[in-house]
Amino acid sequence: MNIIVCIKQILDPEIPARDFRVDSAKREAERGSANLVTNIFCENALETALQFREAHGGKITVVSVGPEGAEDVLRKALALTANEAVLVINDAPGLADPLFVARTLAAAIRKIGAFDAVLLGREAGDWGAGQTGGLLAEELGLPCISFAESLAPAAPGAVQVKRQTDSGWELLESTMPLVVTITNHEKNVPRIPKTRDVMQSYRKPLTKWTLADVGIDPASTAAYYEVAELSIPRKETQCEFIAGDTLEAKIDAFASRLTEVMRAL
Amino acid sequence: MGDVVCYLPAKAGWDRSAQGVLGAGRRLADSLGAKLRAVVLGPTDEALVQGAAAVSDSVAVADHPLLAEYHPETFLAALVAICKPLAPRAVLLGNDTYGQELAARLAHRLGGSAAGDAVGIAVAGDKLHVTRGVYGGKATAVIALVRSPGVVWLRARAMDPADPAGRAPGEVQKVTVDLAADPRVKVVSRHVEAKEGVKLEEARVIVSGGRGLGGPEPFKQLQELATTMGAQMAASRAACDAGWVPASWQVGQTGKKVAPELYLAIAISGASQHIMGIADSKVITAINRDPDAPIFKHCSFGLVEDYQKVIGPLREKLAKNG
Ligand SMILES: Cc1cc2nc3c(=O)[nH]c(=O)nc-3n(C[C@H](O)[C@H](O)[C@H](O)COP(=O)(O)OP(=O)(O)OC[C@H]3O[C@@H](n4cnc5c(N)ncnc54)[C@H](O)[C@@H]3O)c2cc1C
Repeated sequence: MNIIVCIKQILDPEIPARDFRVDSAKREAERGSANLVTNIFCENALETALQFREAHGGKITVVSVGPEGAEDVLRKALALTANEAVLVINDAPGLADPLFVARTLAAAIRKIGAFDAVLLGREAGDWGAGQTGGLLAEELGLPCISFAESLAPAAPGAVQVKRQTDSGWELLESTMPLVVTITNHEKNVPRIPKTRDVMQSYRKPLTKWTLADVGIDPASTAAYYEVAELSIPRKETQCEFIAGDTLEAKIDAFASRLTEVMRAL
Repeated sequence: MGDVVCYLPAKAGWDRSAQGVLGAGRRLADSLGAKLRAVVLGPTDEALVQGAAAVSDSVAVADHPLLAEYHPETFLAALVAICKPLAPRAVLLGNDTYGQELAARLAHRLGGSAAGDAVGIAVAGDKLHVTRGVYGGKATAVIALVRSPGVVWLRARAMDPADPAGRAPGEVQKVTVDLAADPRVKVVSRHVEAKEGVKLEEARVIVSGGRGLGGPEPFKQLQELATTMGAQMAASRAACDAGWVPASWQVGQTGKKVAPELYLAIAISGASQHIMGIADSKVITAINRDPDAPIFKHCSFGLVEDYQKVIGPLREKLAKNG
Protein backbone atom coordinates (compact mmCIF):
# COMPACT_ATOMS: atom_id res chain seq x y z
CA MET A 1 0.00 0.00 0.00
CA ASN A 2 1.24 3.48 -0.90
CA ILE A 3 0.55 5.86 1.95
CA ILE A 4 1.00 9.59 1.78
CA VAL A 5 1.29 11.38 5.11
CA CYS A 6 0.87 15.17 5.18
CA ILE A 7 2.99 16.93 7.75
CA LYS A 8 2.94 20.47 9.10
CA GLN A 9 5.63 22.40 10.91
CA ILE A 10 4.31 24.58 13.71
CA LEU A 11 5.44 26.78 16.56
CA ASP A 12 6.00 24.57 19.61
CA PRO A 13 2.53 24.31 21.16
CA GLU A 14 4.02 23.45 24.56
CA ILE A 15 5.43 26.91 25.21
CA PRO A 16 3.84 28.14 28.43
CA ALA A 17 1.10 30.74 28.10
CA ARG A 18 3.20 33.30 30.00
CA ASP A 19 5.89 33.18 27.26
CA PHE A 20 3.48 33.39 24.36
CA ARG A 21 3.07 36.71 22.49
CA VAL A 22 1.22 37.81 19.42
CA ASP A 23 1.77 40.67 17.03
CA SER A 24 -1.76 42.02 16.89
CA ALA A 25 -0.98 44.36 13.99
CA LYS A 26 0.38 41.56 11.82
CA ARG A 27 -2.11 39.12 13.31
CA GLU A 28 0.59 36.52 13.83
CA ALA A 29 2.16 34.72 16.74
CA GLU A 30 5.65 35.88 17.65
CA ARG A 31 8.27 33.24 17.24
CA GLY A 32 10.31 34.42 20.25
CA SER A 33 12.68 31.73 21.43
CA ALA A 34 10.23 28.93 20.70
CA ASN A 35 11.19 25.94 18.59
CA LEU A 36 9.49 24.89 15.40
CA VAL A 37 8.26 21.32 15.68
CA THR A 38 6.17 18.73 13.87
CA ASN A 39 2.48 19.09 14.66
CA ILE A 40 1.66 16.32 17.14
CA PHE A 41 -1.29 14.95 15.15
CA CYS A 42 0.92 14.68 12.05
CA GLU A 43 3.27 12.61 14.19
CA ASN A 44 0.33 10.45 15.23
CA ALA A 45 -0.56 10.08 11.52
CA LEU A 46 2.98 9.07 10.59
CA GLU A 47 3.09 6.59 13.48
CA THR A 48 -0.18 5.05 12.28
CA ALA A 49 1.28 4.73 8.77
CA LEU A 50 4.54 3.22 10.09
CA GLN A 51 2.65 0.58 12.05
CA PHE A 52 0.55 -0.28 9.02
CA ARG A 53 3.65 -0.63 6.84
CA GLU A 54 5.38 -2.79 9.45
CA ALA A 55 2.46 -5.18 9.55
CA HIS A 56 1.43 -5.21 5.90
CA GLY A 57 4.20 -3.68 3.82
CA GLY A 58 4.08 -0.66 1.54
CA LYS A 59 5.68 2.69 1.06
CA ILE A 60 5.31 5.97 2.92
CA THR A 61 5.78 9.38 1.30
CA VAL A 62 5.63 12.44 3.52
CA VAL A 63 4.53 15.78 2.07
CA SER A 64 4.62 19.25 3.55
CA VAL A 65 3.60 22.68 2.35
CA GLY A 66 5.69 25.30 4.09
CA PRO A 67 8.82 27.44 4.09
CA GLU A 68 12.31 26.05 3.29
CA GLY A 69 12.83 25.42 6.99
CA ALA A 70 10.02 22.87 6.98
CA GLU A 71 12.62 20.51 5.54
CA ASP A 72 13.45 19.81 9.20
CA VAL A 73 10.15 18.10 9.92
CA LEU A 74 10.44 16.06 6.73
CA ARG A 75 13.98 14.97 7.68
CA LYS A 76 12.62 13.91 11.03
CA ALA A 77 9.93 11.87 9.27
CA LEU A 78 12.61 10.27 7.08
CA ALA A 79 14.54 9.47 10.26
CA LEU A 80 11.41 7.72 11.46
CA THR A 81 11.83 5.65 8.26
CA ALA A 82 9.36 7.29 5.90
CA ASN A 83 10.61 6.32 2.42
CA GLU A 84 10.45 9.62 0.56
CA ALA A 85 9.67 13.25 1.22
CA VAL A 86 8.31 16.17 -0.78
CA LEU A 87 8.35 19.81 0.29
CA VAL A 88 6.22 22.31 -1.58
CA ILE A 89 7.78 25.63 -0.74
CA ASN A 90 5.36 28.32 0.31
CA ASP A 91 7.00 31.32 1.91
CA ALA A 92 3.84 33.32 2.43
CA PRO A 93 3.87 34.41 6.06
CA GLY A 94 1.01 34.38 8.47
CA LEU A 95 -1.96 32.16 8.42
CA ALA A 96 -1.87 29.30 6.01
CA ASP A 97 -5.34 29.40 4.48
CA PRO A 98 -6.76 25.86 4.81
CA LEU A 99 -8.24 25.77 1.30
CA PHE A 100 -5.01 27.05 -0.22
CA VAL A 101 -3.04 24.37 1.65
CA ALA A 102 -5.53 21.67 0.65
CA ARG A 103 -5.31 22.71 -3.01
CA THR A 104 -1.54 22.77 -2.91
CA LEU A 105 -1.42 19.36 -1.21
CA ALA A 106 -3.87 17.96 -3.77
CA ALA A 107 -1.71 19.26 -6.62
CA ALA A 108 1.44 17.80 -5.06
CA ILE A 109 -0.26 14.45 -4.43
CA ARG A 110 -1.43 14.26 -8.05
CA LYS A 111 2.11 14.96 -9.17
CA ILE A 112 3.48 12.26 -6.86
CA GLY A 113 1.14 9.84 -8.61
CA ALA A 114 -0.13 6.47 -7.39
CA PHE A 115 -1.34 6.30 -3.81
CA ASP A 116 -3.88 4.33 -1.79
CA ALA A 117 -4.40 6.46 1.27
CA VAL A 118 -3.60 9.99 2.43
CA LEU A 119 -3.22 10.44 6.18
CA LEU A 120 -3.30 13.81 7.92
CA GLY A 121 -3.48 15.00 11.49
CA ARG A 122 -6.99 15.91 12.61
CA GLU A 123 -5.84 19.49 13.22
CA ALA A 124 -2.73 21.52 13.87
CA GLY A 125 -1.54 22.81 17.22
CA ASP A 126 -1.22 26.39 15.95
CA TRP A 127 -4.34 27.59 14.16
CA GLY A 128 -6.26 24.38 14.83
CA ALA A 129 -8.65 24.88 11.91
CA GLY A 130 -9.23 21.13 11.58
CA GLN A 131 -10.22 21.41 7.94
CA THR A 132 -7.29 20.42 5.75
CA GLY A 133 -8.24 16.73 5.63
CA GLY A 134 -11.86 17.34 4.68
CA LEU A 135 -10.99 19.99 2.09
CA LEU A 136 -8.26 17.78 0.61
CA ALA A 137 -10.73 14.91 0.23
CA GLU A 138 -13.06 17.25 -1.67
CA GLU A 139 -10.23 18.52 -3.88
CA LEU A 140 -9.28 14.93 -4.72
CA GLY A 141 -12.88 13.73 -4.97
CA LEU A 142 -12.28 11.02 -2.37
CA PRO A 143 -14.12 9.74 0.67
CA CYS A 144 -12.88 10.97 4.04
CA ILE A 145 -12.89 9.38 7.46
CA SER A 146 -12.02 11.62 10.42
CA PHE A 147 -10.66 11.10 13.94
CA ALA A 148 -9.16 7.70 13.12
CA GLU A 149 -6.73 5.93 15.42
CA SER A 150 -5.73 2.91 13.30
CA LEU A 151 -5.98 1.27 9.89
CA ALA A 152 -6.24 -2.41 9.03
CA PRO A 153 -6.47 -4.32 5.76
CA ALA A 154 -9.94 -5.31 4.56
CA ALA A 155 -11.22 -6.83 1.31
CA PRO A 156 -8.85 -6.32 -1.66
CA GLY A 157 -8.74 -2.64 -2.58
CA ALA A 158 -10.31 -1.63 0.71
CA VAL A 159 -9.18 -0.63 4.17
CA GLN A 160 -10.77 -0.78 7.60
CA VAL A 161 -10.55 2.33 9.77
CA LYS A 162 -11.16 2.49 13.50
CA ARG A 163 -12.20 5.95 14.53
CA GLN A 164 -13.24 7.73 17.70
CA THR A 165 -16.68 9.17 18.30
CA ASP A 166 -18.15 11.15 21.17
CA SER A 167 -19.50 8.04 22.85
CA GLY A 168 -16.89 5.45 21.90
CA TRP A 169 -15.62 4.23 18.57
CA GLU A 170 -16.68 2.79 15.25
CA LEU A 171 -15.27 0.68 12.48
CA LEU A 172 -15.67 1.92 8.93
CA GLU A 173 -14.56 0.27 5.75
CA SER A 174 -13.70 2.20 2.62
CA THR A 175 -12.45 1.55 -0.85
CA MET A 176 -9.08 3.05 -1.67
CA PRO A 177 -7.89 5.63 -2.32
CA LEU A 178 -9.26 7.63 0.57
CA VAL A 179 -8.34 10.43 2.96
CA VAL A 180 -8.08 9.73 6.69
CA THR A 181 -7.53 12.22 9.49
CA ILE A 182 -5.80 10.84 12.56
CA THR A 183 -6.35 11.61 16.22
CA ASN A 184 -4.27 10.65 19.23
CA HIS A 185 -4.60 7.24 20.83
CA GLU A 186 -2.46 5.16 23.18
CA LYS A 187 -1.46 3.01 20.19
CA ASN A 188 -0.19 5.80 17.94
CA VAL A 189 1.99 7.71 20.39
CA PRO A 190 4.95 8.73 18.18
CA ARG A 191 8.15 6.71 18.47
CA ILE A 192 11.65 8.20 18.88
CA PRO A 193 13.95 7.89 15.83
CA LYS A 194 17.03 5.66 16.12
CA THR A 195 20.40 7.41 15.85
CA ARG A 196 21.36 5.29 12.85
CA ASP A 197 18.12 6.25 11.07
CA VAL A 198 18.72 9.92 11.81
CA MET A 199 22.12 9.64 10.05
CA GLN A 200 20.56 7.83 7.11
CA SER A 201 17.72 10.31 6.76
CA TYR A 202 20.16 12.75 5.14
CA ARG A 203 20.76 10.29 2.32
CA LYS A 204 17.09 9.74 1.61
CA PRO A 205 15.30 11.47 -1.27
CA LEU A 206 13.76 14.83 -0.41
CA THR A 207 12.22 16.60 -3.38
CA LYS A 208 11.52 20.32 -3.33
CA TRP A 209 8.89 21.85 -5.53
CA THR A 210 7.82 25.44 -5.92
CA LEU A 211 4.13 26.33 -6.04
CA ALA A 212 4.60 26.81 -9.80
CA ASP A 213 6.01 23.28 -10.08
CA VAL A 214 2.70 21.90 -8.87
CA GLY A 215 0.67 24.38 -10.92
CA ILE A 216 -0.55 26.59 -8.09
CA ASP A 217 -0.75 30.34 -8.55
CA PRO A 218 -1.27 31.99 -5.17
CA ALA A 219 -2.42 35.24 -6.77
CA SER A 220 -5.30 33.58 -8.59
CA THR A 221 -6.47 31.58 -5.60
CA ALA A 222 -9.29 33.47 -3.91
CA ALA A 223 -9.08 33.51 -0.14
CA TYR A 224 -11.13 31.18 2.01
CA TYR A 225 -10.76 33.09 5.22
CA GLU A 226 -8.75 35.88 6.78
CA VAL A 227 -7.68 36.69 10.30
CA ALA A 228 -9.44 39.89 11.28
CA GLU A 229 -8.06 40.04 14.83
CA LEU A 230 -5.60 38.17 16.99
CA SER A 231 -5.19 38.85 20.69
CA ILE A 232 -4.31 37.23 23.97
CA PRO A 233 -7.25 36.82 26.32
CA ARG A 234 -6.62 38.24 29.77
CA LYS A 235 -8.66 36.19 32.12
CA GLU A 236 -7.05 35.10 35.31
CA THR A 237 -8.90 33.97 38.35
CA GLN A 238 -7.48 34.65 41.78
CA CYS A 239 -7.02 31.23 43.32
CA GLU A 240 -7.63 30.88 47.00
CA PHE A 241 -5.21 28.26 48.26
CA ILE A 242 -6.78 26.19 51.00
CA ALA A 243 -4.80 26.67 54.19
CA GLY A 244 -4.70 24.65 57.39
CA ASP A 245 -2.31 23.60 60.15
CA THR A 246 -2.63 19.92 59.47
CA LEU A 247 -3.36 17.84 56.39
CA GLU A 248 -6.67 16.88 57.95
CA ALA A 249 -7.66 20.50 58.49
CA LYS A 250 -6.84 21.30 54.87
CA ILE A 251 -8.88 18.36 53.59
CA ASP A 252 -11.80 19.37 55.82
CA ALA A 253 -11.67 22.92 54.51
CA PHE A 254 -11.41 21.74 50.92
CA ALA A 255 -14.34 19.35 51.42
CA SER A 256 -16.45 22.17 52.88
CA ARG A 257 -15.77 24.35 49.84
CA LEU A 258 -16.75 21.51 47.51
CA THR A 259 -19.90 20.80 49.51
CA GLU A 260 -20.81 24.49 49.41
CA VAL A 261 -20.62 24.54 45.60
CA MET A 262 -22.54 21.28 45.24
CA ARG A 263 -25.30 22.34 47.66
CA ALA A 264 -25.99 25.34 45.41
CA LEU A 265 -26.73 23.03 42.44
CA MET B 1 -31.74 33.10 -0.22
CA GLY B 2 -29.46 34.55 2.41
CA ASP B 3 -31.07 32.64 5.27
CA VAL B 4 -29.48 30.86 8.21
CA VAL B 5 -29.63 27.07 8.27
CA CYS B 6 -29.16 25.12 11.49
CA TYR B 7 -28.34 21.45 11.05
CA LEU B 8 -29.74 19.22 13.79
CA PRO B 9 -29.04 15.48 13.91
CA ALA B 10 -32.31 13.71 14.82
CA LYS B 11 -30.40 11.01 16.66
CA ALA B 12 -29.10 13.45 19.29
CA GLY B 13 -32.61 14.73 20.01
CA TRP B 14 -33.55 17.99 21.73
CA ASP B 15 -30.31 18.27 23.66
CA ARG B 16 -28.38 21.30 24.87
CA SER B 17 -26.35 21.29 21.65
CA ALA B 18 -29.45 21.55 19.44
CA GLN B 19 -30.77 24.34 21.67
CA GLY B 20 -27.48 26.24 21.51
CA VAL B 21 -27.14 25.89 17.73
CA LEU B 22 -30.68 27.23 17.28
CA GLY B 23 -30.07 30.01 19.79
CA ALA B 24 -27.00 31.20 17.89
CA GLY B 25 -28.86 30.71 14.61
CA ARG B 26 -31.85 32.74 15.77
CA ARG B 27 -29.68 35.68 16.85
CA LEU B 28 -27.65 35.55 13.63
CA ALA B 29 -30.79 35.39 11.46
CA ASP B 30 -32.29 38.34 13.34
CA SER B 31 -29.17 40.44 12.88
CA LEU B 32 -29.16 39.61 9.17
CA GLY B 33 -32.88 40.19 8.85
CA ALA B 34 -33.06 36.67 7.51
CA LYS B 35 -35.08 33.54 8.19
CA LEU B 36 -33.94 30.70 10.42
CA ARG B 37 -34.34 27.31 8.78
CA ALA B 38 -33.79 24.21 10.89
CA VAL B 39 -32.81 21.07 9.01
CA VAL B 40 -33.27 17.73 10.75
CA LEU B 41 -31.73 14.60 9.29
CA GLY B 42 -32.93 11.21 10.47
CA PRO B 43 -35.96 9.52 11.99
CA THR B 44 -38.40 12.12 13.31
CA ASP B 45 -37.87 13.04 16.92
CA GLU B 46 -40.99 14.92 18.06
CA ALA B 47 -39.35 16.79 20.93
CA LEU B 48 -36.61 18.00 18.61
CA VAL B 49 -38.96 19.01 15.81
CA GLN B 50 -41.31 20.86 18.19
CA GLY B 51 -38.43 22.50 20.05
CA ALA B 52 -36.88 23.63 16.77
CA ALA B 53 -40.19 24.85 15.33
CA ALA B 54 -40.77 27.03 18.38
CA VAL B 55 -37.75 29.21 17.60
CA SER B 56 -37.34 28.76 13.81
CA ASP B 57 -39.16 30.07 10.76
CA SER B 58 -39.26 26.62 9.22
CA VAL B 59 -38.17 23.08 10.01
CA ALA B 60 -37.30 20.69 7.21
CA VAL B 61 -37.28 17.04 8.27
CA ALA B 62 -35.51 14.65 5.96
CA ASP B 63 -36.20 11.10 6.99
CA HIS B 64 -34.75 8.51 4.66
CA PRO B 65 -33.74 4.91 5.34
CA LEU B 66 -30.13 5.90 4.60
CA LEU B 67 -30.29 8.61 7.27
CA ALA B 68 -31.32 6.30 10.10
CA GLU B 69 -27.71 6.01 11.26
CA TYR B 70 -24.88 8.47 10.67
CA HIS B 71 -22.77 7.86 7.58
CA PRO B 72 -20.21 10.54 6.58
CA GLU B 73 -20.81 10.44 2.84
CA THR B 74 -24.62 10.14 2.84
CA PHE B 75 -25.16 12.74 5.55
CA LEU B 76 -22.91 15.10 3.63
CA ALA B 77 -24.79 14.41 0.38
CA ALA B 78 -28.15 14.98 2.11
CA LEU B 79 -27.06 18.29 3.62
CA VAL B 80 -25.70 19.48 0.28
CA ALA B 81 -28.96 18.49 -1.45
CA ILE B 82 -31.04 20.42 1.09
CA CYS B 83 -28.80 23.48 1.48
CA LYS B 84 -27.92 24.13 -2.15
CA PRO B 85 -31.36 25.29 -3.36
CA LEU B 86 -31.71 27.46 -0.22
CA ALA B 87 -28.49 29.36 -1.06
CA PRO B 88 -28.07 30.20 2.64
CA ARG B 89 -25.83 32.90 4.11
CA ALA B 90 -24.77 30.63 6.97
CA VAL B 91 -25.00 26.99 7.98
CA LEU B 92 -24.50 26.24 11.68
CA LEU B 93 -23.66 22.90 13.25
CA GLY B 94 -22.77 21.60 16.71
CA ASN B 95 -19.20 20.67 17.59
CA ASP B 96 -19.76 16.96 18.07
CA THR B 97 -17.43 14.71 16.07
CA TYR B 98 -19.92 14.25 13.24
CA GLY B 99 -20.60 17.98 12.94
CA GLN B 100 -16.86 18.69 12.79
CA GLU B 101 -16.41 15.97 10.20
CA LEU B 102 -19.12 17.39 7.94
CA ALA B 103 -18.49 21.14 8.12
CA ALA B 104 -15.40 21.73 5.96
CA ARG B 105 -16.58 19.35 3.23
CA LEU B 106 -20.04 20.92 3.27
CA ALA B 107 -18.48 24.37 2.88
CA HIS B 108 -16.41 23.12 -0.04
CA ARG B 109 -19.42 21.65 -1.84
CA LEU B 110 -21.47 24.80 -1.28
CA GLY B 111 -18.62 27.08 -2.40
CA GLY B 112 -18.40 28.61 1.06
CA SER B 113 -15.86 28.96 3.88
CA ALA B 114 -15.88 27.07 7.16
CA ALA B 115 -14.53 27.80 10.63
CA GLY B 116 -15.08 25.91 13.79
CA ASP B 117 -15.12 25.58 17.51
CA ALA B 118 -16.67 29.03 17.43
CA VAL B 119 -17.41 30.77 20.71
CA GLY B 120 -19.00 33.66 18.86
CA ILE B 121 -20.40 34.51 15.46
CA ALA B 122 -21.33 37.95 14.18
CA VAL B 123 -22.04 39.89 11.01
CA ALA B 124 -19.37 42.42 9.99
CA GLY B 125 -20.17 44.17 6.74
CA ASP B 126 -20.54 41.55 4.08
CA LYS B 127 -18.63 38.93 6.04
CA LEU B 128 -19.32 36.61 8.91
CA HIS B 129 -16.88 36.91 11.78
CA VAL B 130 -16.14 33.84 13.85
CA THR B 131 -14.40 34.09 17.22
CA ARG B 132 -12.38 31.07 18.26
CA GLY B 133 -9.42 30.04 20.37
CA VAL B 134 -6.16 29.41 18.49
CA TYR B 135 -2.63 28.39 19.52
CA GLY B 136 -4.05 25.89 21.94
CA GLY B 137 -6.20 28.52 23.61
CA LYS B 138 -3.29 30.90 24.24
CA ALA B 139 -4.78 33.39 21.77
CA THR B 140 -8.19 34.37 20.48
CA ALA B 141 -8.75 35.00 16.79
CA VAL B 142 -11.57 36.60 14.88
CA ILE B 143 -11.77 34.85 11.52
CA ALA B 144 -13.49 36.61 8.63
CA LEU B 145 -15.16 34.10 6.33
CA VAL B 146 -14.57 35.30 2.80
CA ARG B 147 -16.93 33.00 0.92
CA SER B 148 -20.61 32.38 1.31
CA PRO B 149 -22.17 30.49 2.93
CA GLY B 150 -20.21 30.59 6.14
CA VAL B 151 -20.33 27.08 7.56
CA VAL B 152 -19.62 27.22 11.27
CA TRP B 153 -19.47 24.57 13.94
CA LEU B 154 -20.17 26.02 17.34
CA ARG B 155 -19.45 25.47 21.00
CA ALA B 156 -23.18 25.06 21.06
CA ARG B 157 -23.60 23.90 24.64
CA ALA B 158 -22.16 27.18 25.89
CA MET B 159 -24.54 29.25 23.74
CA ASP B 160 -27.82 30.60 25.06
CA PRO B 161 -30.96 28.95 23.69
CA ALA B 162 -33.46 31.19 21.90
CA ASP B 163 -36.61 32.33 23.67
CA PRO B 164 -39.73 30.98 21.93
CA ALA B 165 -42.06 33.44 23.70
CA GLY B 166 -44.20 35.62 21.45
CA ARG B 167 -43.28 33.83 18.28
CA ALA B 168 -45.53 31.67 16.08
CA PRO B 169 -44.01 28.22 15.55
CA GLY B 170 -42.31 27.71 12.20
CA GLU B 171 -43.84 25.45 9.63
CA VAL B 172 -42.68 21.83 9.70
CA GLN B 173 -42.16 20.26 6.30
CA LYS B 174 -41.13 16.77 5.37
CA VAL B 175 -38.59 16.90 2.58
CA THR B 176 -37.54 14.09 0.35
CA VAL B 177 -33.92 13.80 -0.62
CA ASP B 178 -32.72 11.68 -3.45
CA LEU B 179 -30.03 9.54 -1.86
CA ALA B 180 -28.15 6.50 -3.02
CA ALA B 181 -26.09 4.24 -0.79
CA ASP B 182 -22.44 5.29 -0.96
CA PRO B 183 -20.54 2.60 -2.87
CA ARG B 184 -17.24 3.38 -1.15
CA VAL B 185 -17.68 3.72 2.60
CA LYS B 186 -19.61 1.40 4.86
CA VAL B 187 -20.10 1.51 8.59
CA VAL B 188 -19.12 -1.92 9.87
CA SER B 189 -19.90 -1.47 13.55
CA ARG B 190 -20.53 1.13 16.24
CA HIS B 191 -19.40 0.78 19.84
CA VAL B 192 -20.63 2.79 22.76
CA GLU B 193 -18.35 2.80 25.77
CA ALA B 194 -20.43 1.90 28.78
CA LYS B 195 -20.67 4.84 31.14
CA GLU B 196 -23.42 5.40 33.65
CA GLY B 197 -25.38 8.60 33.97
CA VAL B 198 -25.42 11.72 31.84
CA LYS B 199 -23.04 12.51 29.02
CA LEU B 200 -19.78 14.16 29.99
CA GLU B 201 -20.71 17.22 27.92
CA GLU B 202 -23.88 17.65 29.99
CA ALA B 203 -22.49 16.71 33.40
CA ARG B 204 -22.92 19.22 36.24
CA VAL B 205 -20.02 17.90 38.28
CA ILE B 206 -16.82 16.43 36.82
CA VAL B 207 -13.82 14.78 38.48
CA SER B 208 -10.88 14.66 36.11
CA GLY B 209 -7.50 12.93 36.40
CA GLY B 210 -4.13 13.54 34.75
CA ARG B 211 -0.67 12.13 34.21
CA GLY B 212 0.31 12.93 37.79
CA LEU B 213 -1.86 10.02 38.95
CA GLY B 214 0.90 7.78 37.63
CA GLY B 215 -1.17 4.86 36.36
CA PRO B 216 -4.61 3.36 35.79
CA GLU B 217 -5.08 2.17 39.40
CA PRO B 218 -5.60 5.61 40.99
CA PHE B 219 -8.45 6.24 38.53
CA LYS B 220 -10.45 3.64 40.50
CA GLN B 221 -9.98 5.77 43.61
CA LEU B 222 -11.06 8.82 41.63
CA GLN B 223 -14.10 6.90 40.45
CA GLU B 224 -15.13 6.28 44.08
CA LEU B 225 -14.72 9.96 44.81
CA ALA B 226 -16.75 10.81 41.71
CA THR B 227 -19.53 8.44 42.75
CA THR B 228 -19.71 10.09 46.17
CA MET B 229 -19.92 13.48 44.50
CA GLY B 230 -22.43 12.36 41.86
CA ALA B 231 -19.84 13.35 39.28
CA GLN B 232 -18.81 12.12 35.84
CA MET B 233 -15.20 11.16 35.13
CA ALA B 234 -12.88 12.80 32.64
CA ALA B 235 -9.15 12.90 31.96
CA SER B 236 -6.32 14.85 30.37
CA ARG B 237 -4.87 13.85 27.04
CA ALA B 238 -1.73 12.54 28.76
CA ALA B 239 -3.81 10.07 30.81
CA CYS B 240 -5.74 8.94 27.71
CA ASP B 241 -2.59 8.57 25.60
CA ALA B 242 -1.07 6.44 28.35
CA GLY B 243 -4.03 4.09 27.92
CA TRP B 244 -5.17 4.47 31.53
CA VAL B 245 -8.69 5.49 30.51
CA PRO B 246 -10.67 5.45 27.23
CA ALA B 247 -10.02 8.15 24.64
CA SER B 248 -13.64 9.30 24.96
CA TRP B 249 -12.81 10.66 28.43
CA GLN B 250 -10.41 13.26 27.03
CA VAL B 251 -11.31 16.85 27.75
CA GLY B 252 -9.69 19.80 25.98
CA GLN B 253 -8.94 21.41 22.65
CA THR B 254 -9.13 18.07 20.90
CA GLY B 255 -11.33 16.32 23.41
CA LYS B 256 -14.73 17.13 24.82
CA LYS B 257 -15.71 20.67 25.65
CA VAL B 258 -17.39 20.56 29.03
CA ALA B 259 -19.22 23.21 31.03
CA PRO B 260 -20.07 21.80 34.47
CA GLU B 261 -20.94 23.78 37.59
CA LEU B 262 -17.90 22.18 39.23
CA TYR B 263 -14.73 20.79 37.64
CA LEU B 264 -12.22 19.14 39.94
CA ALA B 265 -8.83 18.55 38.27
CA ILE B 266 -6.59 16.07 40.05
CA ALA B 267 -2.89 15.85 39.10
CA ILE B 268 -3.50 17.81 35.91
CA SER B 269 -1.04 20.61 35.13
CA GLY B 270 -3.55 22.77 33.25
CA ALA B 271 -1.88 23.14 29.85
CA SER B 272 -3.69 25.71 27.70
CA GLN B 273 -5.00 22.92 25.45
CA HIS B 274 -6.64 21.28 28.45
CA ILE B 275 -8.10 24.58 29.67
CA MET B 276 -9.70 25.06 26.23
CA GLY B 277 -12.07 22.23 27.05
CA ILE B 278 -13.03 23.38 30.55
CA ALA B 279 -13.06 27.17 30.29
CA ASP B 280 -16.86 27.30 30.36
CA SER B 281 -17.01 25.59 33.77
CA LYS B 282 -18.62 27.64 36.54
CA VAL B 283 -16.15 26.68 39.27
CA ILE B 284 -12.77 25.10 38.57
CA THR B 285 -10.77 23.65 41.42
CA ALA B 286 -7.71 21.43 41.59
CA ILE B 287 -5.57 19.17 43.69
CA ASN B 288 -1.95 19.41 42.62
CA ARG B 289 1.28 19.13 44.57
CA ASP B 290 2.89 21.94 42.57
CA PRO B 291 1.70 25.40 43.70
CA ASP B 292 2.95 26.84 40.39
CA ALA B 293 0.91 24.46 38.23
CA PRO B 294 -0.89 26.62 35.60
CA ILE B 295 -4.22 24.99 36.50
CA PHE B 296 -4.37 27.16 39.64
CA LYS B 297 -4.53 30.29 37.46
CA HIS B 298 -8.02 29.12 36.48
CA CYS B 299 -9.19 27.91 39.89
CA SER B 300 -11.51 29.66 42.33
CA PHE B 301 -9.86 27.64 45.08
CA GLY B 302 -7.29 24.87 45.16
CA LEU B 303 -5.44 22.40 47.31
CA VAL B 304 -1.67 22.03 47.08
CA GLU B 305 -1.10 18.44 48.18
CA ASP B 306 -0.09 15.00 47.04
CA TYR B 307 -3.33 13.51 45.75
CA GLN B 308 -2.48 10.15 47.34
CA LYS B 309 -2.85 11.64 50.81
CA VAL B 310 -6.09 13.40 49.96
CA ILE B 311 -8.49 11.29 47.92
CA GLY B 312 -9.49 8.69 50.55
CA PRO B 313 -10.08 11.09 53.46
CA LEU B 314 -11.71 13.64 51.13
CA ARG B 315 -14.21 11.06 49.95
CA GLU B 316 -15.08 10.10 53.54
CA LYS B 317 -15.49 13.73 54.53
CA LEU B 318 -17.73 14.46 51.53
CA ALA B 319 -19.84 11.40 52.26
CA LYS B 320 -20.30 12.70 55.80
CA ASN B 321 -21.17 16.20 54.62
CA GLY B 322 -23.89 14.53 52.51
C1 LIG C 1 -2.54 20.21 19.32
C2 LIG C 1 -2.64 19.76 20.75
C3 LIG C 1 -3.88 19.39 21.26
C4 LIG C 1 -4.00 18.97 22.58
N1 LIG C 1 -5.24 18.65 23.07
C5 LIG C 1 -5.36 18.33 24.38
C6 LIG C 1 -6.65 18.04 24.94
O1 LIG C 1 -7.68 18.03 24.25
N2 LIG C 1 -6.71 17.73 26.26
C7 LIG C 1 -5.60 17.70 27.08
O2 LIG C 1 -5.74 17.43 28.27
N3 LIG C 1 -4.39 17.95 26.57
C8 LIG C 1 -4.25 18.26 25.24
N4 LIG C 1 -2.98 18.48 24.75
C9 LIG C 1 -1.81 18.17 25.60
C10 LIG C 1 -1.45 19.26 26.59
O3 LIG C 1 -0.58 20.18 25.96
C11 LIG C 1 -0.70 18.65 27.83
O4 LIG C 1 0.43 17.95 27.36
C12 LIG C 1 -1.58 17.70 28.65
O5 LIG C 1 -2.82 18.30 28.94
C13 LIG C 1 -0.87 17.34 29.94
O6 LIG C 1 -1.64 16.44 30.69
P1 LIG C 1 -1.51 16.38 32.27
O7 LIG C 1 -1.83 17.69 32.87
O8 LIG C 1 -2.29 15.21 32.74
O9 LIG C 1 0.04 16.01 32.49
P2 LIG C 1 1.24 16.89 33.00
O10 LIG C 1 1.35 18.15 32.28
O11 LIG C 1 2.40 15.97 33.03
O12 LIG C 1 0.84 17.28 34.49
C14 LIG C 1 0.80 16.41 35.57
C15 LIG C 1 0.49 17.22 36.82
O13 LIG C 1 0.34 16.33 37.91
C16 LIG C 1 0.92 16.91 39.07
N5 LIG C 1 1.27 15.82 39.98
C17 LIG C 1 2.20 14.85 39.80
N6 LIG C 1 2.18 13.99 40.82
C18 LIG C 1 1.24 14.43 41.69
C19 LIG C 1 0.76 13.98 42.94
N7 LIG C 1 1.25 12.88 43.52
N8 LIG C 1 -0.23 14.68 43.54
C20 LIG C 1 -0.74 15.79 42.96
N9 LIG C 1 -0.33 16.26 41.77
C21 LIG C 1 0.65 15.59 41.14
C22 LIG C 1 2.10 17.68 38.55
O14 LIG C 1 2.46 18.71 39.45
C23 LIG C 1 1.59 18.20 37.21
O15 LIG C 1 1.04 19.48 37.36
C24 LIG C 1 -2.85 18.90 23.42
C25 LIG C 1 -1.61 19.26 22.90
C26 LIG C 1 -1.50 19.69 21.59
C27 LIG C 1 -0.14 20.08 21.08
